[in-house]
Amino acid sequence: MIRPDAPVLLEIRDLHARVEAKEILKGVNLTIRAGEVHAVMGRNGSGKSTLSKVLAGHPAYTVTGGTVHYRGENLLELDPEQRARIGVFLGFQYPVEIPGVSNLEFLRVATNARRAQKGEEELDTFAFEDLVRDRLKVVQMDPAFLDRSVNEGFSGGEKKRNEILQMALLDPLVAILDETDSGLDIDALRIVAGGVNQLATPDNATLLITHYQRLLDAITPDYVHVMAAGRILRTGGKELALELEERGYDWVDQELAALAGEVA
Amino acid sequence: MTASLSAPTSRTAWLERWLSQLPAPSGPLAAVQERGREALAQQPVPSSRQEEWRFTDLSLLQDLPLAQAAAAPSGGAMSSEAGVLRLQLDGRTDPLAGVELPAGLQVLSDSELAQGLGHTLAATGCEHHWPVELNHASAGRVLALRLASRSKLKLELHSTAQSGLLPLRLLLILEEKAELELCQKIVAQGSGLISLVLEAHLARSARLQHGLVASGQADAALLAHLAIEQEPESHLALSSVTVGWGLARLEPRLVQVDGQASSTLRGLQLVGGRQIADTHSHVSFAGPEGQLDQLHKAVAAGHGRSVFNGAVQVPRAAQRTNAAQLSRNLLLSDRARIDTKPELEIVADDVKCAHGATVSSLQTDELFYLQSRGIDSDQAAGLLKRAFCEEVLRDLPPAARAWCPIEQWQLEDA
Repeated sequence: MIRPDAPVLLEIRDLHARVEAKEILKGVNLTIRAGEVHAVMGRNGSGKSTLSKVLAGHPAYTVTGGTVHYRGENLLELDPEQRARIGVFLGFQYPVEIPGVSNLEFLRVATNARRAQKGEEELDTFAFEDLVRDRLKVVQMDPAFLDRSVNEGFSGGEKKRNEILQMALLDPLVAILDETDSGLDIDALRIVAGGVNQLATPDNATLLITHYQRLLDAITPDYVHVMAAGRILRTGGKELALELEERGYDWVDQELAALAGEVA
Repeated sequence: MTASLSAPTSRTAWLERWLSQLPAPSGPLAAVQERGREALAQQPVPSSRQEEWRFTDLSLLQDLPLAQAAAAPSGGAMSSEAGVLRLQLDGRTDPLAGVELPAGLQVLSDSELAQGLGHTLAATGCEHHWPVELNHASAGRVLALRLASRSKLKLELHSTAQSGLLPLRLLLILEEKAELELCQKIVAQGSGLISLVLEAHLARSARLQHGLVASGQADAALLAHLAIEQEPESHLALSSVTVGWGLARLEPRLVQVDGQASSTLRGLQLVGGRQIADTHSHVSFAGPEGQLDQLHKAVAAGHGRSVFNGAVQVPRAAQRTNAAQLSRNLLLSDRARIDTKPELEIVADDVKCAHGATVSSLQTDELFYLQSRGIDSDQAAGLLKRAFCEEVLRDLPPAARAWCPIEQWQLEDA
């Protein structure tokens, strides 16, 4: 939902970042307002997953230039846990398995950390169980997964449902979903996308990182951005995704070559 | 020249002083005490020059008060509940005074004791180990029990040492198909040494589940030998947890006398500060078709030091043995040290023997995943440490599991 007067939630300006010595983001600009759904598309290696990790504060990535403001606050100076508590959520492409940590306990600790930030009271074990059982419906998840270790032995689809369950519990204002569709069969994709749609409100925003159009059939984006060589090369509406699906990414190479030519 | 001659003397002076102060041998263990003292007078204190003690420095002992601790006022039976016999072992008073023994449980007679004591130590080849001789020299009491065929019992043993030396000696005979769940808690609340020697004999189809939880402090040491003989079709599950000791040396020693038994070993040791924890396990299959499932875990922080040596002997007679040993270690500081070594001697040719060892620190990706959900880095690290330990803790009998408040265990970082 595009409302020009909606408040800006995330403002990325000329963002540069590297992992080890390799510069991957080379000047990303993006403004996300409340109520909007953005999709960033691009080939492997274009920098789209890096963008999501930089926004969440992954320690392996170093920001070398530019700014990111979340509701006016400098996001880049916050620790990953602080970013999560104030409402920035990253749905992982590869959710991490943590043997020995109970999923239920993990979800409760995380939910309470976010609630404390919002000035809400902590939920005890019983109150939390009520909440989590209600939220399980968002992704049609079997309660049996609560008693297992975090993501341990979960199938690809179960892991992604668990990600959206976390999103449902943490109630973020900006949800960045990194390749949430990867590894999902068509039914799982429908359920996961249905969960994301249910959680979208006029007050929050979603940034979908994806490779394929098929996720965007299920979640309609307001904006589609094409990323290449560490920058957003082009921005359009949902029709841009369809164009990509039809023409592939080859034209991106031509545009990049043309840009390189201009610079030279 | 003089210096090199006097140096060993000064290293053992504390031991000579200690031996000279011991009360004269007396009681049912008088003969054992005498032999132990003679052995200690002749045997050198283990040093890093011996392979078995290469990484474990016993010098802490010379600074500890080693006079035998005074008897705690509350010896004997503790509050008990249905189906659980709860005893307090203080090394001095009779833990069974005033206790009505449950059906199937008997105290060994003097002649049975004379016959049985030391049998399993010899069968597992540790009767002359220095920590065993130290126990022999000092222990004045033994808790010697027999569980009759087909009987089932839950036994809890509690020992709390204020300071000084606490020698504990146990002998357990499980007759055919007897089942014992033994939860043992050892706590050091002051500076000193706790010496534990346990012998258990499992007759055919007997089952012993032993959970040992020992928590100490930086100026306390634990030296423990757990010697267990298993006849065919018996089952042993031994889980041990040590935390907080300046020095803890645990030697589980198992022999499957005719093979065909199953043994499960679980160990967890946590060190921080300048603590040392050392487990030397020894499993020997003297017959075919034995099984071993062993998992040893260690967490090392600060300047802590963890040692694991897992010996498994599979001689020619032990065909079709199936043994698996895994040592997993979590290194929380770059000043901590972990030494882990499997020691498999396999002569039989038709066997499955797997072993492995890993040493790792907390995984960045796991930490980041937790942090990305709003969990701060300390709490995330705590969750991951607990998860690491849980794999051993979950195999403890429930009563012993309750003695492991892992969220309260602080490993000193210095």
